[in-house]
Amino acid sequence: MTILVIAEHDNQSIKAATLNTVGAAAKIGGDVHLLVAGAGCGAAAEAGAKIAGVSKVLVADAPHYDAQLAENVAELIKGLAGSYSHILAPATSAGKNTLPRVAALLDVAQISDIVGAESADTFVRPIYAGNALATVRSSDSVKVITVRTTAFEPVAEAGGNAAVESIAAAADLGISSLVGRELTKSARPELGAAKIIVSGGRGLGNGENYHAIMEPLADKLGAALGASRAAVDAGYVPNDYQVGQTGKIVAPQLYVAVGISGAIQHLAGMKDSKVIVAINKDPEAPIFQVADYGLVADLFEAVPQLTAAVG
Amino acid sequence: MKILVPVKRVVDYNVKVRVKADGSGVDVANVKMSMNPFDEIAVEEAVRLKEAGIATEVVAVSAGIGACQETLRAALAIGADRAILIETDAELQPLAVAKLLKAVVGKEQPQLVICGKQAIDDDANQTGQMLAALMGWPQATFASKVAIADGRATVTREIDGGLETLSISLPAVVSTDLRLNEPRYATLPNIMKAKKKPLDVTNPADLGVDVAPRLSTVKVEEPPKRGAGVRVADIAQLVDKLKNEAKVL
Ligand SMILES: Cc1cc2nc3c(=O)[nH]c(=O)nc-3n(C[C@H](O)[C@H](O)[C@H](O)COP(=O)(O)OP(=O)(O)OC[C@H]3O[C@@H](n4cnc5c(N)ncnc54)[C@H](O)[C@@H]3O)c2cc1C
Ligand SMILES: Nc1ncnc2c1ncn2[C@@H]1O[C@H](COP(=O)(O)O)[C@@H](O)[C@H]1O
Repeated sequence: MTILVIAEHDNQSIKAATLNTVGAAAKIGGDVHLLVAGAGCGAAAEAGAKIAGVSKVLVADAPHYDAQLAENVAELIKGLAGSYSHILAPATSAGKNTLPRVAALLDVAQISDIVGAESADTFVRPIYAGNALATVRSSDSVKVITVRTTAFEPVAEAGGNAAVESIAAAADLGISSLVGRELTKSARPELGAAKIIVSGGRGLGNGENYHAIMEPLADKLGAALGASRAAVDAGYVPNDYQVGQTGKIVAPQLYVAVGISGAIQHLAGMKDSKVIVAINKDPEAPIFQVADYGLVADLFEAVPQLTAAVG
Repeated sequence: MKILVPVKRVVDYNVKVRVKADGSGVDVANVKMSMNPFDEIAVEEAVRLKEAGIATEVVAVSAGIGACQETLRAALAIGADRAILIETDAELQPLAVAKLLKAVVGKEQPQLVICGKQAIDDDANQTGQMLAALMGWPQATFASKVAIADGRATVTREIDGGLETLSISLPAVVSTDLRLNEPRYATLPNIMKAKKKPLDVTNPADLGVDVAPRLSTVKVEEPPKRGAGVRVADIAQLVDKLKNEAKVL
């Protein structure tokens, strides 16, 4: 059994989500290869070769993989699939975009967002916003899988010594192109990788309040900032702050929910956090049902007090 | 330009589903059903493109049991022109739906398919990408802005780090994210009008598609419950608990 893990990278370095995905591959068992498809991605491939548990890195370096668009990358993976029992990618926006395309090209199902691997063909995945867990068995020859990174321990970033092999690029389909990216710049940790997340909802009232109330707390705690959909929709913060069923799935050591009611769609994204704190003025808010520590209070008083009390 | 919009009938997003005692699935008997919220956004987007004079016809299509007619009527009430039901009692997985949609695309020849990014029951997030692959078309998933001009679509997508804009040739598949638009409420006159709009019924056999599932469900369980938490009186107590009990500070 050999498993191909699709690396998430920016041509220079490998994203943390890849380490959890290799962790999931290790759980399934077998040899693990890593695919780095990019343009000028030698540094990323070198970094991939150091990941613990990876035995070979395949590098497809070509201009038409620069933006890692789904059409071209899926075509490349299709050509490699014959040698593999499983193809895994993290269930990030990139993995979710590309992998179903691979599955369809191979005429197999995709198993989305697994949180457990029971055997080589049986996997656990959440359905209905995490209100149920389904155990599913695949009868397909190749298992195409996206991995919920919070459910699998990352492997070590260093210590491995994999062979690096250049592979030929597949054809450039030429049907899509990147116009541009507007990436949120932040000195704070990434939501997916943060140990502490402070997350704000509609209770903050507006964007200025979000920044004035939440940022000092995040600074003190070295935390990432998150938000509910309502806060994102109302424009308090950019879309990539959204935690939930249809946003990011997080599981930090500490999640502090401020002025968030706790709709099932939000809970779906954070209820596996180790410790949950809720600050909400409504004692009936459903967020208190999942909170380890609940404080019924006006956030405009409580959060600055918390900021002053920590660190 | 014709736009095809796949719409799925799902358990309403406000319902907290229960797992069946025998572990065979979730209990959907007597539960409120609605159109998948992302598909409402897809219908709205298609109708807006028609209102802007860019699209000429909007066709809604749903695969599933006879009751999916209600979902299709809801799409017609938002402003779709006609509807197609692919009727079957079989369990449909995303690959099978993508193949059914491919067959419909073959007949209808739309220039654009706008679907939801994810059905909120199976949370699969696959069907649109699979359809694009089967057609050999480009895709723009998780769209928050769509502009059509000169035979191409320029689509802004919500990605993990922020936003990305793609230019794709048509025909293509676009999948909707939450912030693409806010769907209108269907007015009573439009609901009445929707009842008279054409709704054709076909089935997987007529479309020549094998919908046999590739994944079998071994069991469905409740997720582990979190232990009951405590209320703290004030910030001082909260900080004390976080430092000394939970040891996360
Ligand atoms: C298809 C679909 C997908 C969705 N996906 C997501 C998702 O991924 N993530 C997500 O978050 N949501 C998602 N939602 C939306 C979700 O259903 C809720 O609408 C949303 O989470 C509510 O955000 P909120 O808690 O900030 O706002 P509200 O529900 O309005 O809650 C605001 C809270 O703030 C409290 N508050 C107000 N003022 C104060 C104060 N001064 N001090 C303290 N507390 C105060 C209130 O008591 C209230 O509990 C989705 C919905 C749909 C239909
Ligand atoms: N049975 C179905 N009938 C019509 N459209 C569907 C069906 N299943 C999925 N879709 C479409 O595909 C999208 C993604 O679904 P999924 O891949 O199941 O998460 C949905 O938002 C719909 O637009």
